[in-house]
Amino acid sequence: MPGFLGLVRRDLQLALHHSGDTALVLAFFVLTVVLFPFGIGPEPDVLARVAPGILWVAALLAALLSLDRMFLPDYEDGSLDLIVLSRLPLGLAALAKIVAHWISSGLPLALISPALAVVVDLEPGAMPILVISLLLGTPTLSLIGGVAAALTLGARRQGVLLSLLVLPLYVPPLVFGAGAIEAQETGGDPRADLLLLAALLAAALALAPWAAAAAVRQATE
Amino acid sequence: MRPVLPDLIGEDLACRRGERLIFSGLGFRLPAGGALVLSGTNGSGKSSLLRLLAGFLPAASGRLMWGTQPVAADLAGHHARLHYVGHADALKPALTPREQLGFWSALRGLSRRQAAAAVEAAIAAFALEPVADWPCRWLSAGQRRRVAMARLLAAPAPLWLLDEPLTALDEASQAGLQAIVVAHRDGGGRVVVATHAPLAVAGARRLVLDDYHPRRAREPVLPI
Amino acid sequence: MLSRFANPARFVRVSAALLPWCAGVSIALILLGLYLALIASPPDYQQGEAVRIMYVHVPSAWMALNVYLFVAAASAVALVWRHPLAEVAARAAAPIGACFTFVCLTTGSLWGRPMWGTWWVWDARLTSVLVLFFLYLGYIALVNGFDDPARGSRAGSLLAVVGVVNLPIIKFSVDWWNTLHQPASVLRLGKPTIALSMLAPLLVMASGFTVLFVTLLLIRMRTDLKQRRIRALQLDRLTPAPAPPHTESGLPARPVAAREGI
Repeated sequence: MPGFLGLVRRDLQLALHHSGDTALVLAFFVLTVVLFPFGIGPEPDVLARVAPGILWVAALLAALLSLDRMFLPDYEDGSLDLIVLSRLPLGLAALAKIVAHWISSGLPLALISPALAVVVDLEPGAMPILVISLLLGTPTLSLIGGVAAALTLGARRQGVLLSLLVLPLYVPPLVFGAGAIEAQETGGDPRADLLLLAALLAAALALAPWAAAAAVRQATE
Repeated sequence: MRPVLPDLIGEDLACRRGERLIFSGLGFRLPAGGALVLSGTNGSGKSSLLRLLAGFLPAASGRLMWGTQPVAADLAGHHARLHYVGHADALKPALTPREQLGFWSALRGLSRRQAAAAVEAAIAAFALEPVADWPCRWLSAGQRRRVAMARLLAAPAPLWLLDEPLTALDEASQAGLQAIVVAHRDGGGRVVVATHAPLAVAGARRLVLDDYHPRRAREPVLPI
Repeated sequence: MLSRFANPARFVRVSAALLPWCAGVSIALILLGLYLALIASPPDYQQGEAVRIMYVHVPSAWMALNVYLFVAAASAVALVWRHPLAEVAARAAAPIGACFTFVCLTTGSLWGRPMWGTWWVWDARLTSVLVLFFLYLGYIALVNGFDDPARGSRAGSLLAVVGVVNLPIIKFSVDWWNTLHQPASVLRLGKPTIALSMLAPLLVMASGFTVLFVTLLLIRMRTDLKQRRIRALQLDRLTPAPAPPHTESGLPARPVAAREGI
């Protein structure tokens, strides 16, 4: 795999130079979660009941926010042409970009989520499940999002289109992710949901990079 | 004695962008060491032909061959033997020319040591030493163009496809580029240049794309 | 083999002959179905007259799913064989499918009012159809989201294939979510045991809807081809060159012979 790690490293290097983007994603996550108690009311019981859903929906929307940056800059400045021409198979190149995107958006979201779980009164025992579910679920969001981001390259109003495309596809990770936390909270077994999340990740890992590659090929035609 | 390299051959090529047929019936033969200069009015399809030659977009009809092999049969192999320098410079404002040249040459399959040596040679050939460690956002348009061209030397490839290579280059750089193209061709490399400017390429074949304008050749509404 | 059917001129000719028959059959079937559904069939012993909504709701639900499968299959053909009519078919079918989906959601909501006492229940089936509706909307938005219609069609084809792979996963996750959050006490639509007097109108309506789909699809595909023709003619007028002679089918002749290479 010549260049796979090199491509990941370059994208991370660029993400570091534009670290404001990651900060924006995290800020959006925090703000969305913080807004909920104002809408629902501060009763701990009520908040704890809806906390898994709030945390997962907020993380999902935050991950959505940075999706358009995955391929668009490279598409606009011509780098994507050169990536297509490189020795690296295009599916792996797409995977490299998706991995870099996840490290600079999904991973930080999962890591700061416990702090926000406190804000919405999530039961402390469910905290590890929250982090695990996000660690398993956000890569799937990045993988599916990568396909949609590549499909919408060159479209008018890419941002809105992107949200519309991924919305139905994000339902399964959301169901299993929030379901795992809720199972733990209500004394059930979160393992089934977590395993389903892992299965989604495995399937997305196998299929999404090639779909994204096909979409990139269309975009550079 | 060099081994005999296959020719790059276009036969009856047609190109469609969107629903518009841009050119049709275009043919050429480009042997090793040869050069092809594409000229024509704006919109006559110079850039499209270059992208077609690079294998980005399939021909609407006709065939592109590497010797007796259709290019479409081994697209990855075709990509590996060419360099494409388009309108866009593909430079990241935050990274330095040295970083980016090293990255692209690694992505072309060069080992770390080979890449480092090739990058130094490319930087020297395009006189980029003074700016090699500046972030690209500090570079002028001409310097950025030279960095984009330096990719040609940062990893070897026999076929160069250059889209308006002289844009923004000063006279010294233009002369430098021409010398590099001559050296490339002397080594058996071949080059296709799309340009308005009169680029002195010795012995180049000239292809005027307006001659292939599909005046009476409006194809069926659907590509069949 | 494929290219024989890919010929738009042939399609225009064949579809012109088929269209009146399809339209007639679909009208006849739907009228017969409505008669059976509204007059000839008995009211349900539990649901009363409200059960008659089923004869529109359930066939639309079937069509919603089947049309999506059709779009995905046509898209796959377009991607693999670059079959131009398949692309036209996929793009033409999607809005029809979206309409069936919308009818299914609306009638489901109307049916829910007397049955559940509310306009919307997060029932597993209804929720799956809602997600399917969003899949349709995404596809239609993507296809129309580009300045170059050809690029939109190709991106749409890829999305339809991605969507159809996800469809069973979404369905499974919605069922999982539903059993997790709601005891299965709500009325299941389309029970497996169903009286023959109710099955007959249901099947007649379903076949009527299917033929209606074919009719609308042919009309939309013909319109699409004609629009392309108009755009091509406009382009031709803007091209400063003598216009080519038109063939009888209305589609232009093959291009001029190849030139000599230099």
